[in-house]
This record gives sequence, structure tokens and C-alpha cells, in this order.
Amino acid sequence: MRLELIKRPQQSPLFSALSPFLALGLTLIAGAIMFLALGKNPFSALYFFFIDPLLEVWSLHELAVKAAPLILIGVGLSICYLSNNWNIGAEGQFIVGAIAGSILPILFPAFQSWIVLPLMLLMGIAGGAAYGAVPAVLKARFGTNEILTSLMLVYVAQLFLDWLVRGPWRNPEGFNFPETRNFHSYAILPEMLPASGRAHWGFAFAIIAAILLWFMLARTLKGFEVKVIGQSPRAGRFAGFSRTRMIIFAFLVSGGLAGLAGISEVSGAIGQLRPSISPGYGFTAIIVAFLGRLNPLGIIAAGLVLALSYLGGEAAQISIGVTDKVARAFQGMLLFFVLACDTLIHYRIRLVKPAPALAAAPANERVEKHA
Amino acid sequence: MLESILITVATAATPLLIAAIGELVVERSGVLNLGVEGMMIMGAITGFAVALTTGSPWLGIFAAIIVGALVSLLFGFLTLTLVTNQVATGLALTLFGLGLSGMIGESFVGRPGIRLGTLDIPVLGDLPLVGRLIFGQDPLFYISIMLTAAVAYFLFSTRAGLMLRAVGDNHVSAHAQGIKVVRIRYLAVMFGGACAGLAGAYLSLVYTPQWVENMTAGRGWIALALVVFASWRPWRVVAGAYLFGGVTIGQLHAQAQALAIPSQLLSSLPYLATIAVLVIISRNRRLTMMNTPASLGRPFVPDR
Repeated sequence: MRLELIKRPQQSPLFSALSPFLALGLTLIAGAIMFLALGKNPFSALYFFFIDPLLEVWSLHELAVKAAPLILIGVGLSICYLSNNWNIGAEGQFIVGAIAGSILPILFPAFQSWIVLPLMLLMGIAGGAAYGAVPAVLKARFGTNEILTSLMLVYVAQLFLDWLVRGPWRNPEGFNFPETRNFHSYAILPEMLPASGRAHWGFAFAIIAAILLWFMLARTLKGFEVKVIGQSPRAGRFAGFSRTRMIIFAFLVSGGLAGLAGISEVSGAIGQLRPSISPGYGFTAIIVAFLGRLNPLGIIAAGLVLALSYLGGEAAQISIGVTDKVARAFQGMLLFFVLACDTLIHYRIRLVKPAPALAAAPANERVEKHA
Repeated sequence: MLESILITVATAATPLLIAAIGELVVERSGVLNLGVEGMMIMGAITGFAVALTTGSPWLGIFAAIIVGALVSLLFGFLTLTLVTNQVATGLALTLFGLGLSGMIGESFVGRPGIRLGTLDIPVLGDLPLVGRLIFGQDPLFYISIMLTAAVAYFLFSTRAGLMLRAVGDNHVSAHAQGIKVVRIRYLAVMFGGACAGLAGAYLSLVYTPQWVENMTAGRGWIALALVVFASWRPWRVVAGAYLFGGVTIGQLHAQAQALAIPSQLLSSLPYLATIAVLVIISRNRRLTMMNTPASLGRPFVPDR
């Protein structure tokens, strides 16, 4: 038995729509098997993982808190991946955005005015974009592999943040804890519905960003340029699109959005800087981008699904005593299934029994004799 | 003092070397597996857990090699049989490996590990200066050098190695020649996985015998960078690995000296060095172009 791929004449619209759901279904089945192997009842485990967090209002708020950075980063990454720029350092851009955005409330705590928050958000965007520009410029100028450089910069950013909060930015009244001073009230990104839960305006930013980028991709020349350069750099050149400018553009957009996610998380959900401000949002957002099929509107839904997996991990740890690390294994598995199911869009899969392979054997022999 | 520094440089370099040599073979066959970090961390937890439960570090190493190869098979099935995007699939492998290892390793955090002993060759090991350096290392150090020699010989002096390079340079022509492109790539990917698993076990059984989540700390990615740095030539990987081992150990010693430079900034040196090296190498476009396997990362569906 052997798998054989047969190229479809055109992309299958059915599987384009269906593949993310197929992938989710397969992940749930694999997850059930995994829980069974851990000695847990798979049905109650999956219930606590994926249903229970949706039943209460406060936890829906938490879902929005976790989905906000995932969607913001994910839609930015979709521009990168569509244009064939492999930015995998969004985690670093998230951190630098958070640091840049925190300069005002931490270093100038006496500066208290309504203008502080907008400035913080802008500085966060600028910080993330600037950090994203580093691998972009290196790629555009020297042809340096952006995958490796953007990833290396994640470690650098994490260490830099660690140094800041333990060193120069440590809270002077903080009993030596490795954290900065708490942001003053003008520096806090407000909650959307304070009466019912914690969800802050970062979620609104995420939805707005997704809609704007969807519009850009679907309706503007720039969006067309992104896709042409990604699918066929040669055709892009003939159309007069600059590959170099696209590299910079894609990284600036995704870096800026990751930076916005960073400062929103810090000023909306945490309220200060700590050695670790992200449970790997920048990496999980890669999965979000692919699960959303690189379509910004799809990414909104995908961001909610992966946010749920974070919440589910915490819920399952409390209720059935499995480690919340399960969530990360789940997320990795999900990306495998997403990629595998996407194959169905371009190919039909046929199982071939050994018999026809035997019939083909003489042809092979002939080739070898000629050689 | 100098002798002990040089020995620790070797322990920092060996895992990089093993993982990079494996990836070099994979990339020579035209496949870009970005999952080295994930396979390495799976090797690290497997090696640690098996060594701890059986009491034998060698069993741990053996299990890590097997698990590394098995995990890489997952990548192989997706990219070679289902022709998924290699970059994305490699990332998936890394994320999956980091997640799964964290889950498996939960109960091993903080447990004291087992260290693989060094090889003490009686008389030669007592030679001044070079004695311990050349004859008193851990066994995997010797294996890493032999592995490099074997890969260099295989790639450039055997028929199978030629076939593997042909597949990596032009899979269409290789296929037309009757070479089983997909089969060779599967084998190369599994070899890379086995090497990454071994490299991971080195970390958790020799370098720092304990289990810490994410303990590979980007070494899988540095190994990937080393392959580019070495322009896909085995012996140059050794030079690169030892250069990075030197940077790593150098910054650790600088931290121990309690200099005025913050330790976090010193810790970021290996990552910054990787970027610097990549830039220097890629500036010379002709050199990179000439050595990059031409089919690297490109999907292949055999026409029948």
C-alpha cells in the first residue's frame, strides 16, 4: 500500500473551506488518544479542554484576552507568509514592542495625561516594526536567511527584557522582585466591559487590524502585489513589483502588529513588565496564521480556537490534573494536521495497492539499463 | 585552566556538531528540515528519562536516537509523501517537539540526572596538556568526529553519496535517472532525526545532566545556521561548531569573572554571533549560490 498524489486541475474549493475543520477534527481525535494514553477519560478531558471554558462570561473575557495577541500577530504573519517572507521571530517583536511601549510609564511615571496611552501604543508599534526591520534589511541587502535571523533575535529580546526588569528598570519599591513598577492609571489599556470581565481593547484592535488587512489583501493593488510576489516572484518582477520593498513592507507590518500586541498585552492584561510576558504567543500565532489559511478573517476564528487551547490547558490542569503543557503539544499537532489537510486542496490522494507497482517495474528496469 | 576551558569548549561544540552534521545530510538531499530544535528536545527528554529509569546512560542515548528518527519520520511523511510546505512543517515539528517534551518531562523536572562518564585511556590520558584534551573526553566527542569523517566520506566518495547529492541538486533529473528520490530523502531525513536525537541526549546526559524545559535553548537553530555557515561541507561544520562552542564557553567564563557587563547581554552573544556569521556568509552571494543544493526546500511529486 502506498499513497499517491494526483494533481487537481484546479484548487478544490470544497477542501479550501473544509481543510481547517478536518484538521481540527483530526486533532481532537489524536487528543482523545493522547488523553487515553495518559489514563484520563478522553471525553471529560476534551470537555474540560474545549467546552467548559466557553460556559462562563468571565472566561469568555479571558478568551478575548488570549485571542487578541494571537490574532494581531497572526494577521501580520499572514502578509509575510503570503509574500514568501518567513518571519518566525514575532515573539521577539512582541517583546520589543512591549518594552518600547513601556518606556513612558516606567521611566517617566510623573508624566500623567490622556496622551500617554496613545503614545505608548504608537511606540509599541514602532518598536516591534523596528525590530522586525532588522531581519528584513539583512535579507533585502545581503540575502541573509530571515528564518534564522528573526528567530535568533527572539532569544536576544528575551534576554534583553530579563536584564531590564532585573536591572535598570526594576521597581525601586518592589522588594527586589524582578518586575518593573506598576503602570499608572493613564497607562492602562481599559477594559471593554469592565462590569463582566477583563477583556481589554486589544481585542478590538485585533479585529480592526484583521478587517483592514483583509480589505488590503482582497481589494487593493498592494494586496495583489503581496500575493503575486509570494506565488511567482518572476511574474512579480515583470509586473514591476519590487521584491526588496515587499520584504521590508511585510516585516514592518507584521513587526508593528506584533509590537502592538506586546504593548496591548502589557498595558491591558499585565500592568507592568516581568521577565516573561508571553506564553509563546509569537510562535502560537504561526499556527493561527496557517489554521486561518492566511486569510485575515479566517485568522480571527483561528485565533479564538488557539486561545481556547490555552484556556483549556489551564482548566484541564485544575479539573482533571493533567499538566497545562498538554496545550502546547496540542497546538503543534494541530499545525501538522492543518498542513496535511491543505494537501487535499491541491491534490487528490489515492491509495495504490502493490499490484500496479509491479506492472510499473519493467519500465523502471528499462530506464536503469539505459543508464 | 586552559586545558579545562578547551575541554568545555568541546562539550559545548559536540551537540552542535552532531545536530548540524545530520541536518547537512538532510539538506544535501534537498530537504530543509527546520524541526532540528524539536527533534533535539525530544532526544533530550527521551535520553534523560530512559537513562534515569533504566540507570543506563547508553540505553538513554540509544532511545534518543530512535525517538529522533521516529519524530523526523512524521516530518518526512508530511513533506515527502504529502508534499506540504517544508518550512511550515519544520516549524510545526519544532513547536510539537517543544510542547510534547514539556508534557513528558513534567515529572522529571528537578530530578538529578545520570552523567555519561568520560573515556579515560590509561597512559595516553596522562600526557601533559593534550592528554585529557584528546584522550580524556566523553565517548560522544569521538563519535561526533567519526560521524563527520563518515559523512564526508559517504557524500563525496561513495556512489550512494553521489546519488544523494544528485537528488538534492536536481530531483527531476535524478528521478529520470531512475533514482528513488523520495526513498533517499526519507532515509536522509531519518538520519538527520537520529543525529538531532543524539545531540539532544548529549545535552541532557553530558553537557548538563538534568531536565529543564526548553533546555535546547535555540541550539537546534544554531545547528541549522552552522550548515549554512559551512556552505554544506562537513569539515567546515566542525570549524563552525567549535567557533560557537568557543563563544558559548567564553561568555560563560566572562560571566564567572563578574565583569561589569550584565550576564544576560553576555548570554545573548552566541545568538548575535550567529546573526553576524550568517550576514558575513550571505554577503558572498556567489559562494552561497554555488554550494546551496539547488533543489533545497522545493517540493517534488514524481510524475508517473
